[in-house]
Amino acid sequence: MLKLSETIYNALRTHGEETYPHECCGVLLGRSYQSADGEGVNEVEEAVRAGNTRTDSAHNRYHIAPQELVRIQRQGRERGLDIVGFYHSHPDHPAQWSKTDFAEAHWLGCSYVITAVASGVAQQTNSFLLTGTSEDDKSFQDETIQVEELVAGRC
Amino acid sequence: MKIFIPTPLRVYADKQDAVQVNAQTVSEALNALTSQHPDLKKHLYSDEGKLRAFVNVYLNDEDVRYLPEKEATTVTEGDSLSIIPSIAGGQD
Repeated sequence: MLKLSETIYNALRTHGEETYPHECCGVLLGRSYQSADGEGVNEVEEAVRAGNTRTDSAHNRYHIAPQELVRIQRQGRERGLDIVGFYHSHPDHPAQWSKTDFAEAHWLGCSYVITAVASGVAQQTNSFLLTGTSEDDKSFQDETIQVEELVAGRC
Repeated sequence: MKIFIPTPLRVYADKQDAVQVNAQTVSEALNALTSQHPDLKKHLYSDEGKLRAFVNVYLNDEDVRYLPEKEATTVTEGDSLSIIPSIAGGQD
């Protein structure tokens, strides 16, 4: 399960609208744990926007510079947070992982969040957990997104 | 020096997010890491013994593959290595 606040959920969707017709991308910082009923949870505390280095083909490709990941990881570490996932958008394309998404996915145990953005408006957002123990047996598993609504007086 | 382990590889490093090693060069540091945690080796290196293409190693904020001495670059106790698997994709 991917757990995140309504604020973060809206923020990653809005990012895709802002970069349309190009793919947006970003990093999800938070904590991974097992819930009381044994389900794996990636709980997001912060979504950090990242630059898409694929300026040659940004309408259908994204890449986050490793140097930026080093910086974001350091930023997370200072707050006691880990990288628990990534998000990107699919302009005028379904919120489903592609063969490219799969081939380029290497962060086992992390959530890959995809938002379909049609004509500049965010549509469906789906999350996929990258499961497996290695490159040889990795697979994407559909994952529930639990959006925590804002409660008056606290986030 | 410290080597920061990315989330997906921590299970092979006794669940640690960082490993302390003694080394004079980047190469020595990575060898020390895989000596301490042998299960990491196949996730970092191909069968030919080269770092997998999607595995990026940063010495502080510099990509090791672009340093003049590459993995022979000398390191000090205050340096850190970060192992960063690539993140990329696309809609088709």
